Amino acid sequence: MENYNMNLTLKVWRQKNSAEKGGFQTYQVKNVSSEMSFLEMIDVLNEDLINEGKDPIAFDHDCREGICGMCSMYINGRPHGPWQNNTVCQLHMRAYKDGDTIVVEPWRANAFPVIKDLMVDRSAFDRIIQAGGYISVNTGSPVDANAIPIEKDKADAAFAAAACIGCGACVAACKNSSAMLFLSAKASHLALLPQGAPERKSRALAMVAQMDKEGFGSCTNTGACEAVCPKGISIENIARLNREYMCAAAVSDKG
Amino acid sequence: MLDSKIPSGPLESKWTYYKGHCKLVNPANKRKLEVIVVGTGLAGASAAASLGELGYKVKAFCFQDSPRRAHSIAAQGGINAAKNYQNDGDSTFRLFYDTIKGGDYRAREANVHRLAEVSANIIDQCVAQGVPFAREYGGMLNNRSFGGVQVKRTFYAAGQTGQQLLIGAYQAQERQVALGNVKQYSRHEMLDVVIIDGKARGIIARNLVTGELERHFGHAVLLCTGGYGNVFYLSTNAMGSNVTAAWKAHVKGAFFGNPCYTQIHPTCIPVSGDHQSKLTLMSESLRNDGRIWVPKKKDETRKAVDIPEEDRDYYLERRYPAFGNLVPRDVASRAAKERCDAGFGVGTTKQAVYLDFRYNLINKYGRTEASKHGIENPDEATLERLGKEVVKEEYGNLFDMYEKITGENPYEVPMRIYPAVHYTMGGLWVDYELMTNVNGLYALGEANFSDHGANRLGASALMQGLADGYFVIPYTIGNYLADEIATKPIPTTHEAFETAEKAVSDRITRLMNIKGSKSVESFHKRLGKIMWEKCGMARNEKGLTEAISEIQALRKEFWNDVRIPGIINEMNPELDKAGRVADFMELGELMCRDALNRKESCGGHFREESQTEEGEAKRDDANFTFVSAWEYKSESNWEMHKEELIFEVAKPTQRSYK
Ligand SMILES: Cc1cc2nc3c(=O)[nH]c(=O)nc-3n(C[C@H](O)[C@H](O)[C@H](O)COP(=O)(O)OP(=O)(O)OC[C@H]3O[C@@H](n4cnc5c(N)ncnc54)[C@H](O)[C@@H]3O)c2cc1C
Ligand code: SF4
Ligand code: FES
Repeated sequence: MENYNMNLTLKVWRQKNSAEKGGFQTYQVKNVSSEMSFLEMIDVLNEDLINEGKDPIAFDHDCREGICGMCSMYINGRPHGPWQNNTVCQLHMRAYKDGDTIVVEPWRANAFPVIKDLMVDRSAFDRIIQAGGYISVNTGSPVDANAIPIEKDKADAAFAAAACIGCGACVAACKNSSAMLFLSAKASHLALLPQGAPERKSRALAMVAQMDKEGFGSCTNTGACEAVCPKGISIENIARLNREYMCAAAVSDKG
Repeated sequence: MLDSKIPSGPLESKWTYYKGHCKLVNPANKRKLEVIVVGTGLAGASAAASLGELGYKVKAFCFQDSPRRAHSIAAQGGINAAKNYQNDGDSTFRLFYDTIKGGDYRAREANVHRLAEVSANIIDQCVAQGVPFAREYGGMLNNRSFGGVQVKRTFYAAGQTGQQLLIGAYQAQERQVALGNVKQYSRHEMLDVVIIDGKARGIIARNLVTGELERHFGHAVLLCTGGYGNVFYLSTNAMGSNVTAAWKAHVKGAFFGNPCYTQIHPTCIPVSGDHQSKLTLMSESLRNDGRIWVPKKKDETRKAVDIPEEDRDYYLERRYPAFGNLVPRDVASRAAKERCDAGFGVGTTKQAVYLDFRYNLINKYGRTEASKHGIENPDEATLERLGKEVVKEEYGNLFDMYEKITGENPYEVPMRIYPAVHYTMGGLWVDYELMTNVNGLYALGEANFSDHGANRLGASALMQGLADGYFVIPYTIGNYLADEIATKPIPTTHEAFETAEKAVSDRITRLMNIKGSKSVESFHKRLGKIMWEKCGMARNEKGLTEAISEIQALRKEFWNDVRIPGIINEMNPELDKAGRVADFMELGELMCRDALNRKESCGGHFREESQTEEGEAKRDDANFTFVSAWEYKSESNWEMHKEELIFEVAKPTQRSYK
């Protein structure tokens, strides 16, 4: 791997808090190494800002290895930046070249209000899970883990859906700000397993109702979510959820 | 003075006896009892969910924007349990014994045995919650092996075991939130414990969005706040992991157990430059299939793939034929350091060794697959293709992660790895009931010191976190709260809350008023450098003594010259970080004092003065078979208490993995 250094122009969304209006600020960042991660590049910029007596850019991050789902930057019109199946914390500067201009914004959605600069409030996702994103089992003495064999295909499909990290990129990418990819991933993960099957209809209804309440838009199947999802969550999950939901809604209408 | 409250009776029946005799709280009274849980990782979320289910009124705190993001999410490799599904000779006793031995005989037998006993229940519980563990074609759960062990007892979900376990616990917690039993406070940081009449009765927390301080009452307080590896600045921990909650409890009277026991993990992606903000682990599970080597020649210039077999030194297989690449972490880390220090390191910095999958990809997986598909005499390309598919399924996300960071494809070239700070065995001292020496103040998960002695075996932290939260605390807390049913919630206008809040607020104001010239980050980096060089993989008297005065000087400079931008009453990540770094600087000094005091080598604590002729760690059982529990007296002033360790069943011997 050849390493190189570059100079960049950054246009970053700055917003003091949820009450105030925000706007773009332009920064020149010099001597960025291609070995740095994107967030390390922002660290360097922040260090400069602090040394100049200015306010550093606030952004969410924690694990910096693509698993906690905390990082959330909308880069040149794409959540998490240019790489496929990737979170912004794993994006490395070799994705850019000398002289590039990079525009960095927060997730934009009514259900995700900006807290400061690039940080947003995603607690709506917690509330969608609270509405039904679990299997109702108490801690205690469940049956032996091998008592119910699960076909490997099903287990693998459940696992693939369970890989969602709750980052919200799908919402940020969607022109309707729909949370369907996130929601359907959870619903599929649980519905595909025998342990989660009994509640699958009520779960789907409750989670969708909560999603609507939070102000997320509806899904029009554009597929933008799948294209940016860092964990490769498939929109097949949405189709599966829709089937489940229709069926459940029909039953509950009768009841 | 230190009573570990270990139940009497034979080792294997202590926990059963305890459960049969501890006090209980009846359901109506549980409703009146409030419990504060700080931290929502595996330990905290499982505790909050289980206590909520029992009917206690729970408040759960975390500093991230959602409980699901706790650092446990990052665990990759797996979780141990004595299920013996593989029929390879595993048992509760063997798990207990391996863990005690792995910990280099510096853990408490009774706690470790209980951990082994409940391990099987954890797997049942998680499967019932929908945790998608890896399965075999027959539909049964699959296992892999981990270091320091000769059986396959590790359950896993590809390289995302922590994520799947945490999501299970998180969902259980969210269910209790929906039922009104748990109240959740995200983006909140606990900044002090409130103690009234010798009992923990609440916390002071800061709302990180508004900067406001809040007071919360609880009949008991549980700290499930994780480890303190970030005292080294560079570690595999998440950026926010910190010691603050445990440290505040320590300053308020809770003893700190074995602070110097640090785990340096052998397989991490090496440092690439000064900009580095964290290090990334490559799971230990990779050592199942990856062989570790360095060139036999110093200053080797050929590329790894061009170096023939006879010029490679598989030094772990050479030195430890019985365990080979699967020796415990402390042993593997030191062996890597030894080779690099001797001049055999690879890569641009020469601070790395190879972790190579080619052999097993072809010979183990490629051949098995070929045979499954009935391909006779497969050529190398076929074996490679077939082997790759299996390796991808087992470790795909780790290989991708490696490639994203380094730009190199580990299916083609060996990974370059080097040891990095990963886990802290030390933590708040707790008794058998997980209570610190402060009444009503508990510590669970990585935040306590209890189960891993001087070295933790892989896949056992997840096990401990969930054991503590799902299966231990629900019993032990009842034994305490049964005597609290008459205690009415104490109004937070009580003067103890007033004083605690004022102290927190004064400290924040003091920090903001320094208005110096250097960033918080720059101090953290300097602290990390001192700790890594002088209290890292190898320690000696001279270095530790120097480190103590260097840290004291750094601390002084920090309190005179740190620059924190912004204001108090807003979202201010620099201020949050400043408070954490200030606490790390105090902890760093204590770690060095503990390391200085422990003149033996044991587990992750390697004192250069105490080694065998072959350079292995040499314990001194006659003088050091104890837990050091440090009591905070005043700044830079501690008193050490000893908890003698008694081994009734697993008699200490020099650990050998040869
Ligand atoms: C990269 C990596 C991989 C690992 N892989 C494995 C593995 O394969 N198997 C294994 O067994 N172990 C593994 N470990 C170790 C294991 O993951 C951890 O030891 C374990 O998850 C710790 O869990 P915990 O619940 O104690 O703490 P954490 O998960 O760290 O949770 C801490 C919680 O406390 C909160 N908190 C902290 N301070 C405060 C405060 N002041 N106020 C409010 N909230 C606070 C945080 O918000 C968080 O919710 C790994 C560790 C790392 C770093
Ligand atoms: S579905 Fe993908 S994009 Fe959406 S929250 Fe989950 S991981 Fe993020
Ligand atoms: S910081 Fe955790 S996923 Fe990016």
